[in-house]
Amino acid sequence: MFTKTLCVSAIALATAAAAPAFARDQIKIVGSSTVFPFSTTVAERFGKSTEFKTPVVESTGSGGGLKLFCAGVGEDTPDITNASRRIKASEVQMCADNGVTDIVEAKIGYDGIVLANSKESGQLSISLGDLFMALAKDVPGEAGETTPNPYTMWNEINPDLPAVKIEVLGPPPTSGTRDAFVELAMEGGCKAVDWVKDLKKTDKNAYKALCHTIREDGAYVEAGENDNLIVQKLQANPAAFGIFGYSFLEQNSDAVQGSMINGVAPEFELIAEGDYPVSRSLYFYVKKAHVGEVAGIEQFLAEFTSEDAWGEEGYLADKGLIPMTEAEREQGAKAITGLMNLSM
Amino acid sequence: MTDLITPSAQLKSRKLAEKRFQWYGRGAIFASLAFLVVMVGSILYKGSGAFTTTDVAIVVDLGPEAVDPANPQDARFEKIVKDALKARFPDANKRAERRKLYGLVSNDAGFALERFVLANPDAIGTQAKVWFRASDDLDILLKGTVDRTVDESERRLSDQEIGWIDTLVADGDVKRGFNWSFFTNGDSREPELAGILSALTGSALTLLVCFLFSFPVAIMAAIYLEEFAPKNRFSDIIEVNINNLAAVPSIVFGLLGLSMLLNTFGMPRSSPLVGGLVLSLMTLPTIIIAARASLRAVPPSIREAALGMGASPVQATFHHVAPLALPGIMTGTIVGMAQALGETAPLLMIGMVAFIVDVPQSILEPATALPVQIFLWADAPERAFLEKTSAAIIVLLLFLITMNLLAIVLRRRFEKRF
Repeated sequence: MFTKTLCVSAIALATAAAAPAFARDQIKIVGSSTVFPFSTTVAERFGKSTEFKTPVVESTGSGGGLKLFCAGVGEDTPDITNASRRIKASEVQMCADNGVTDIVEAKIGYDGIVLANSKESGQLSISLGDLFMALAKDVPGEAGETTPNPYTMWNEINPDLPAVKIEVLGPPPTSGTRDAFVELAMEGGCKAVDWVKDLKKTDKNAYKALCHTIREDGAYVEAGENDNLIVQKLQANPAAFGIFGYSFLEQNSDAVQGSMINGVAPEFELIAEGDYPVSRSLYFYVKKAHVGEVAGIEQFLAEFTSEDAWGEEGYLADKGLIPMTEAEREQGAKAITGLMNLSM
Repeated sequence: MTDLITPSAQLKSRKLAEKRFQWYGRGAIFASLAFLVVMVGSILYKGSGAFTTTDVAIVVDLGPEAVDPANPQDARFEKIVKDALKARFPDANKRAERRKLYGLVSNDAGFALERFVLANPDAIGTQAKVWFRASDDLDILLKGTVDRTVDESERRLSDQEIGWIDTLVADGDVKRGFNWSFFTNGDSREPELAGILSALTGSALTLLVCFLFSFPVAIMAAIYLEEFAPKNRFSDIIEVNINNLAAVPSIVFGLLGLSMLLNTFGMPRSSPLVGGLVLSLMTLPTIIIAARASLRAVPPSIREAALGMGASPVQATFHHVAPLALPGIMTGTIVGMAQALGETAPLLMIGMVAFIVDVPQSILEPATALPVQIFLWADAPERAFLEKTSAAIIVLLLFLITMNLLAIVLRRRFEKRF
């Protein structure tokens, strides 16, 4: 306790000595680990091609990033936050409560989430409904009842699927990829059952509990946030499947293959056109109050929204970002560089 | 009657037990050595590739149309590189093919040419052969990380690209060299450009702050508690608390740093100053405990002799006891600092898990640390970051070994036998 007080007083002294020198001339970006590779690529190019300092990009996760972003206006708060989902109304409210009223929303492109396995096994083709049956904690029956998931083999769900044990490696609940997978794939498959669709109108909580809960009996293995690790585990275990972002599939196309979902393969064009069912939009949000206060934000936005960056043949596409359509990009670039306010 | 010459069965079994125990001990040492060898060996094997790079020579046209001799900095260098690549391999006709062709060199090539032209103004107006850093795909193909025998659809590089690369190699336009840039560059999203310098500097600055803060505070606390503090219930409570503090998970210190240093005192986020202070909270108890133990190990006769000769308690402590305890204190400090060097969890809370390109110049600028860099690279999708990750681990281990060597040298220097 004595040391603690000593620490506190010493820290106070150190701060008092160091306080005045914090005028910031460097853009600060926080947020999603999914957008991190794209944001850092733009930041690096921006730092090299302009007079401004290279922005600092932190990987905090979408929710963590928005929390920091909404903490207020001022030098100590970030200028931009990345998100692998749209900002929630509650977060807009949190921002407003702390004085962050004017926010610019920038949608930058799409990210596909793939179900993949080793190239040593055959390619899987599965419907969202079957995928839900394989991974849900409780499965809905014909007559409106639910039973704990009885399936241990893929072919028990649908005889067309291989006679292999269900073993899926995926991200833990803290991950944005998991959130997106649950919302897009699990819920998409869950809704395919008629009575569950009706349940959404009558009892939203029960609906969510049924559709959003992944089984915990060992068939779904939480493999950590590191997608490289999942790819390596798939190579070692050809019977297992993994869930991760499209860019990792692209980089490891010699070792793993993406499964067809609802008959659509996770390919660049198919995700870009919106045919592939499990894809999400990626965003970043800009604090308007900081534009003009921190040097370079406008130029950074111009760089990010240039065709060289987010275009179909831009350098972000090389990094695995799936670009928006030309019309969307044109409109987006106008709205973003014109600093249009977010409208929910 | 017992026979003294032939050993009894009991003695035999006792001797056997002793032998067995020794073998267990040797087995344990062998097992831990084997683990160490496997671990270090696999890291060295995986990381060795990161210390070489591949460069590609391309003849670029720096004629008056491309580069204006009066204003060379205004030239479109990226386009010059692309034109040069097109001239080298005219068989790339389709857009997609040309994109692949441009991908042979790192996307830094335009900036590299600009640096070259500004440094060599004589080259303006000529056809110059310039070496460019090759892209990571080309690099790992030549290193053999990628299997080129599998079907074309299963590789990142098409047959055409591999054909180009083979032509370049056959013409002697590809060279491998030591990767100096790994030690002089900051982080980058391009594996072939990524370097360790910003993280290394960040770690060094953070540890410096940590040392400057924790060492004096810990020594003063330890000396006071051991030599001067009255032994009563209050000092017992302090002792228990220090011991408990040493066992607190490091993330808790990160949260403390976030709420106090960043939010209350408004210190700059992501800076080595905050990182060092948070880590020193973590190392303080370790150093205090080690320092107290080594002070206690100094024989009481030294103290008594000094006091007997008329030294005051402060003189006895600082002239006689503390110097003898110094080697032990330093060992404890190095152990604490080594722990701090490998820590990532508290840094996450204070914003040091970040993409930092610029090398930090002071303890107030944003920085990252070596273990964080390893974590970030391990998470990157590009295959070539795999070897960078292992190389960063090698650098971290070397840093650690240097620190330990320093400790040993210092200890030898100050050690006194009696």
